Amino acid sequence: MTYERQTDFGTPEALSDTFVTLTIDGREVTVPAGTSVMRAAAECGGAIPKLCATDNVKAFGSCRLCLVEIEGRKGTPASCTTPAEQGMEVSTQTPRLEKLRRGVMELYISDHPLDCLTCSANNDCELQDQAAAVGLRDVRYGYEGADHLGTQTDTSNPYFDFDPSKCIVCSRCVRACDEVQGTLALTIDGRGFASMVSAGQQGDDFLSSECVSCGACVQACPTATLQEKSVKAIGKPERAVVTTCAYCGVGCTFRAEMRGEQLVRMVPWKDGKANRGHSCVKGRFAWGYANHRDRITKPMIRDKIDEPWREVSWDEALTFTASRLNAIKTQYGARALGGITSSRCTNEETFLVQKLVRAGFGSNNVDTCARVCHSPTGYGLKTTFGTSAGTQDFDSVMQADVILVIGANPTDAHPVFASRMKRRLRQGAKLIVIDPRRIDLVRSPHIEAAHHLALQPGTNVAVLTAMAHVIVTEGLADEVFVRERCDWQEFEEWARFVAEERHSPEVLEAVTRVPAGEMRAAARLYATGGNGAIYYGLGVTEHSQGSSTVMAIANLAMATGNVGRRGVGVNPLRGQNNVQGACDMGSSPHELSGYRHISDGDTRALFEADWGVTLDEEPGLRIPNMLDAALDGSFRALYVQGEDILQSDPNTHHVAAGLAAMECVIVHDLFLNETANYAHVFLPGSTFLEKDGTFTNAERRIQLVRKVMEPANGMGDWEVTQALANAMGLQWHYTHPAQIMDEIARLTPSFAGVSFERLEAEGSLQWPVNAQFPDGAPVMHVDGFASGKGKFVVTDYVPTDEKTGPRYPLLLTTGRILSQYNVGAQTRRTENVVWHEEDVLEIHPSDAENRGLKSGDWVRLASRTGETTLRADVTDRVAPGVVYTTFHHPATQANVVTTEYSDWATNCPEYKVTAVQVMASNGPSEWQESYASWSEKSRRIVPAEPAE
Amino acid sequence: MSVAARIDEIVAAHAHREGPLLPVLHEVQAAFGCVDEEAEAAIAKALNLSRAEIHGVVSFYHDFTAKLDPRPCVELCRAEACQARGVEALVAAAEAAAGARVRLKTVYCLGLCSASPAARIGDTLHARLDEMRLARLIENA
Repeated sequence: MTYERQTDFGTPEALSDTFVTLTIDGREVTVPAGTSVMRAAAECGGAIPKLCATDNVKAFGSCRLCLVEIEGRKGTPASCTTPAEQGMEVSTQTPRLEKLRRGVMELYISDHPLDCLTCSANNDCELQDQAAAVGLRDVRYGYEGADHLGTQTDTSNPYFDFDPSKCIVCSRCVRACDEVQGTLALTIDGRGFASMVSAGQQGDDFLSSECVSCGACVQACPTATLQEKSVKAIGKPERAVVTTCAYCGVGCTFRAEMRGEQLVRMVPWKDGKANRGHSCVKGRFAWGYANHRDRITKPMIRDKIDEPWREVSWDEALTFTASRLNAIKTQYGARALGGITSSRCTNEETFLVQKLVRAGFGSNNVDTCARVCHSPTGYGLKTTFGTSAGTQDFDSVMQADVILVIGANPTDAHPVFASRMKRRLRQGAKLIVIDPRRIDLVRSPHIEAAHHLALQPGTNVAVLTAMAHVIVTEGLADEVFVRERCDWQEFEEWARFVAEERHSPEVLEAVTRVPAGEMRAAARLYATGGNGAIYYGLGVTEHSQGSSTVMAIANLAMATGNVGRRGVGVNPLRGQNNVQGACDMGSSPHELSGYRHISDGDTRALFEADWGVTLDEEPGLRIPNMLDAALDGSFRALYVQGEDILQSDPNTHHVAAGLAAMECVIVHDLFLNETANYAHVFLPGSTFLEKDGTFTNAERRIQLVRKVMEPANGMGDWEVTQALANAMGLQWHYTHPAQIMDEIARLTPSFAGVSFERLEAEGSLQWPVNAQFPDGAPVMHVDGFASGKGKFVVTDYVPTDEKTGPRYPLLLTTGRILSQYNVGAQTRRTENVVWHEEDVLEIHPSDAENRGLKSGDWVRLASRTGETTLRADVTDRVAPGVVYTTFHHPATQANVVTTEYSDWATNCPEYKVTAVQVMASNGPSEWQESYASWSEKSRRIVPAEPAE
Repeated sequence: MSVAARIDEIVAAHAHREGPLLPVLHEVQAAFGCVDEEAEAAIAKALNLSRAEIHGVVSFYHDFTAKLDPRPCVELCRAEACQARGVEALVAAAEAAAGARVRLKTVYCLGLCSASPAARIGDTLHARLDEMRLARLIENA
């Protein structure tokens, strides 16, 4: 693909079912009612000159360049603000219009630096294009008058510059920030000639303003005023490849704009159905890690983990690894080996890793990082609805009337979807937030939650049961829906249970610490406010009752009839780019792809025939069980692809001990991550820019990942897994990931209709794609639940065993921040550290005062499992008795503190509740010191001997 | 009373209005003689708007100033009717009378066209000005 700008229709698409036909310059065109004349012209191949119009924000009508003449009407209306009407006859190029447009353009150019040849937007500038389009030949006003050419460039943002001397004050950036991102961080300062775009208020620059660096303004800018620093440094891209972001579960699609093998910038793709042309700071800008100097591109091995690494050839590394694995298998049996698939790798790569474990290692000891995030979603939604996935597409939120956000912080963790949700909220949808912490959605410009239930961490089930109590006892349940769609007897049993007095908000107030009146009001609003949509995150799943909470959410949705159409549903916001896909691909020890139990003989037979092996019929070990088994000597070898369990899994001491007890730990990653400190083999990985494949996002949308550059390590991750399999004696011959997808489709009913050809042609598909849903399913359970009848499950509130006491009087809960991603392996290696260079501990002013702490102080955070130190941030975002931190930085290792408690059904760790004490500190904890020295020792590398 | 507390009080007094921002800004300007950074941020927080939005409005209107100017202010109308009645001829003398002590500000129309030239000091309007009356007003401001 050569470099072409994305088509800009000038104004947003109109979504009307009625159509109008008009004539533009003699060409007849039919468009939905409400379409602007400008867009209608663009749709029939015309191009009305424009500057202030762009199709991701509403028409503004300020630049006066898009004027047209309409038969029978006086004057020259702006085509961007004039809706197309039936029978209209429009002329876009007449002598009168040409004169007007040239006059307007002369004014613009009279106050513009004419440095086009040295400008970073040269040949990629709309002002330049439009000057050409209107036939500008001279500027009668001259260049001597007052101008803005001496203004200073704001270089404060690490990724883009703001040069007001090139600004034409079209307000596209301001409107993009308002309408698309919803942060409203930009404004026009002053009036008249003095008008200037300004970030924040007096004294602010871009960095100090409310700007979240999503890039919407840069994308909207028609000139070089807002320009990526990378474009300034490298130059204009020469080709663009559409691919899928490898950060969160929103699954934004981007154009990777390239110059040779060099990535110049990532620009959100307007046709992407997950992101609709929007982006966040991570996907848009934080890709510098791909070429970071820390990246390891050569395989390395060592006999013992206290030895330095030795750089070796791929052959030597694979032979070494295969012989170790085969030896362990011979001596201790297949069940001593296992693997962990990565939610950051592609479906194809994940499928191969679990295939290697099941068919090569010969055990079912395969698990994935979903174990520690959304495994309760898999269990809970499968039990109640019949499928382990969210019910809606992201677009559905635009039809929601009441949005219930529980245990999720979308503006930080799923920013692009949060922008869409905020847009809907600004249109008037009501918001209920259930979260111990006052997340930004509770109150931020133009957004205010109707109810914020600031519950005690660990009491989700109690709050949801109290809400169900209100719905049932006040007669707000949707009986018609329940009778038709669900098992009536189970419903009655559930209704009797929740109606018990012990589940009333008044009684449960003592446990949840949420005022009963608030719980009642929130329940009434959700049940009666129109389309009710639930969005939830890890604040639901990462609890000892994670699975119960997911089922309690499903109960609530079914009882109120909020499933099976647009605008409603139950939507897990998946953490990682491909966590949905990793789960779909059979990464759990008990399930083959498509969530079919390993004990099911027919399914097993299908795979056995295809793979030519016999599969173990017993479910294998989960991650925590692998670590336990390592300590008792029965588990000896682990292949970890693209996951850092040492930093991300709970109770770091235990993880470290488990890894240290193994004989062969293989880490397959981009960087020497924390887990690699305990590894014997390091296989260098490839970034999402370096391979083909597919990711599946939180709305079950399968999208293509396209290779834009050669892998720095020489092989895509799927090739590395294949090479390892073949070194172990398997005979795999995949030459392209498309063949792996064909195998997945062949073996997985919900993927039966998926192929690279179709994805290439259609852009994306939302599973299931099969005979029943040939084009996929944007919304699930439309004509009944996947399992037949929706299942109500009684969810008794059981308090966690993790309790506060005199030694550990506070509850710690953990979360994410916008600029960093997960363990930070990628984002810490980008300029994003400007916004978050270390993890901090949020603590309420009253708890801080009791301990003599103020913001910025070093504090010791201790639980019964371990302790760490970090800086305090005194804030009333958290309630008294609750403290909060993130786990993005290995120097902090928040998971030293978290415990081994986990979800009763799935072992998902209870990251969100740990009893802790906080006290003033003057230095790192013992663990931090000993780990830092171990880490330094373990990372020594002896380079390969140069070849003779 | 702290600035933030006073602003909260002003916002509370106007919160019931459909568009409370302009009345709030007027009252803050009257109370503090300016709408500075701190006030912008406090108003933004209280009205749940962004800081940029408040700043856009503050910087748009001449009636709001970012910095406190303790000098007395005389607003002299130089719109069409006042011009027709000779205000331009008064400007040089008015500027001389104001010097550095008084802030002489040009406005466009005080609604006293029939009795122009006109000026305003605080909330008091003065009409049918001539050079001497205007100079005296400025000196006494």
